[in-house]
Amino acid sequence: MNPLRARVRRPGRLAAEASALLIAVVVAFPLYWMVLSAFKPAGEIESSEPRPWTLAPSLDSFRHVFGQQEFGRYFLNSLLVAGCVVIASALIAFLAATAVTRFRFRLRTTLLIMFLVAQMVPVEALTIPLFFLMRDAGQLNTLGSLILPHIAFSLPFAIWMLRGFVKAVPEALEEAAYIDGASRARFLWQILFPLVLPGLVATSVFSFISAWNDFLFAKSFIISDTSQSTLPMALLVFYKPDDPDWGGVMAASTVMTIPVLVFFVLVQRRLVSGLGGAVKD
Amino acid sequence: MSRVNDHAEPADTEGGRVAGASAEFDPVEAGGASAGAGAAGSDAVGTGARASETRAGTGAAAGAAPAPAARPPHGSRPAHAPASGPGNVAAAEAAPAGGVREGSVAAPARQGGGSTGRPPGKEARGRRSGRARVRRGASGASPLVSGGWTPWLYLAPALVVLGGLLVYPIYQLGLISFFQYTQAQVSGGEPTTFEGFGNYAELFGDPQFWQVLLATVLFATACVVSTLAVGCALAVLLTRVRALPRLALMLAALGAWATPAVTGSTVWLFLFDPDFGPVNRMLGLGDHSWTYGRLSAFFLVLLEVVWCSFPFVMVTVYAGIRAVPGEVLEAASLDGASQWRIWRSVLAPMLRPILVVVTIQSIIWDFKVFTQIYVMTNGGGIAGQNLVLNVYAYQQAFASSQYGLGSAIGVVMLLILLAVTLVYLRLLRRQGEEL
Repeated sequence: MNPLRARVRRPGRLAAEASALLIAVVVAFPLYWMVLSAFKPAGEIESSEPRPWTLAPSLDSFRHVFGQQEFGRYFLNSLLVAGCVVIASALIAFLAATAVTRFRFRLRTTLLIMFLVAQMVPVEALTIPLFFLMRDAGQLNTLGSLILPHIAFSLPFAIWMLRGFVKAVPEALEEAAYIDGASRARFLWQILFPLVLPGLVATSVFSFISAWNDFLFAKSFIISDTSQSTLPMALLVFYKPDDPDWGGVMAASTVMTIPVLVFFVLVQRRLVSGLGGAVKD
Repeated sequence: MSRVNDHAEPADTEGGRVAGASAEFDPVEAGGASAGAGAAGSDAVGTGARASETRAGTGAAAGAAPAPAARPPHGSRPAHAPASGPGNVAAAEAAPAGGVREGSVAAPARQGGGSTGRPPGKEARGRRSGRARVRRGASGASPLVSGGWTPWLYLAPALVVLGGLLVYPIYQLGLISFFQYTQAQVSGGEPTTFEGFGNYAELFGDPQFWQVLLATVLFATACVVSTLAVGCALAVLLTRVRALPRLALMLAALGAWATPAVTGSTVWLFLFDPDFGPVNRMLGLGDHSWTYGRLSAFFLVLLEVVWCSFPFVMVTVYAGIRAVPGEVLEAASLDGASQWRIWRSVLAPMLRPILVVVTIQSIIWDFKVFTQIYVMTNGGGIAGQNLVLNVYAYQQAFASSQYGLGSAIGVVMLLILLAVTLVYLRLLRRQGEEL
């Protein structure tokens, strides 16, 4: 076993484990409180003696949320935006990552550095020019105005992260495919693509999250047509700074968090390995 | 022999161990690994992990021998994987995932080890033999092919999208920042007029800008330092505990990581709500408002930012620690080094590449915080006391219709982050990174 661990004497380890559990509880507490509050009946949420449990769970807050403001529609909008971004950026990034890992060509290193630098660009600073770009393209108030920028902004990181996964596929395999008479396209889509697919899924988490969480673009580009709103905007409908409807906010937050959580738990192992690839490679 | 292969290869034993490390905290893994009948690749990775753990446990008498042996012969892994098809996730997954770790998380350990001159002889010998083995194995493999126009064909979609939606907007941002651009120009009522550095002069002459800049830098620094401290401390803690507490902490951290910024902000606001929040009750603070004071509002946002960004640091550093060869740590502890000394003199130098990456990433993320500030302080706090550059630019542009001024702030931000990026690239190059 790991000598770091082996060396720790028993009381020391128990203390470490106790504090690990305690920290886990503290870290998980906000999420617990969110879900709990979403299920609390109205009287208990707005009580001056909040209790960490509820004896009468109710779905009132969820009913309230979905009954108002076309919340279901916003949910679908968010799902549509995130879905388009994930699929488009995964395919584009796969092609680009293949190009920079499987071929040697002029400007290759320059391009890689450009992709690295592009990750650092503060997306938020580009809201103003993008706003005018979308206006000129007639895309304001459409979901397209959210999808397009997010594809662009998730690409550099996706390419960077996918490199490791593409590189891990042995070159001998590529040779074997060509010797067997496969075309480049056939190798790309029928051999490389299925092999890199797990990596693509891990990469997708990041584009999914950036699109799903997006608040700034939705706030800036969807200005008048509320039917094109997405979840973060809808959530803030319930949050009025002076008199927030906490039950509604927490129920909406729960609805918004759960898809990401599910996605995360499903791909978490590949996520860690993929981060390794992106972080150091 | 391509340098790429050479670079990625020698770490294969550590690669196996990292794979094993992540498997331990993964609830899905048990089912996944045993599910595939043709999961040859997955099996091999598993054996590699076990072999290397045994090796560390038995005092490394056997050297690195078991791990290379556990590796399937060249070509056997790929032969299985495509046959199993996309349906068999376990088999397909094993090859890339294991492979990535070899070259990635594991590599810094090797590099760092080389620079500190720490690794004992056995490790070095194992490594040499590993490299020699690869030379033989890879002599038949082709280096990167030059495919004429093919790479550009593959790159075309990415370049089009990035050019249109990233490069062009950056150019536009710079352009707008030199113009008088307000509501009148947007609606076409007045022609746009070139202002030269007028917007910048106005910006730099405004004391509020300097105040916001200072607040941004201080706030980002506090966030980065706290995130790194918490993340690294918990990563070390994770190596000290058994599987169950580790699983609990990992899952909790993943939950925090996955939480969208908007919902995280509202939840933390609710926790600290003066009327109905549990925190004030627990601390007995009555109806103290956290968002009223400037510092306490910043502190509340900081808590949320650290909460949602420490998991990235923790998971990455943890993977890095697991990739450090056990012999090195064992040798250090046999030499009588204390735990702190081991961390400072062995682990920290070896983890340096990873620490650089997480530090830079944190700086970039925390410098750009927008949603948390906007939601938690309701658009920048009372009288703009909690503004950071991002929110300030947004308010100038979209609330006051000063698009030119907002763009100038955007340019300032872009330049600052560009400087950070250049430092990052320099550090990477000094470490002898290969792209």
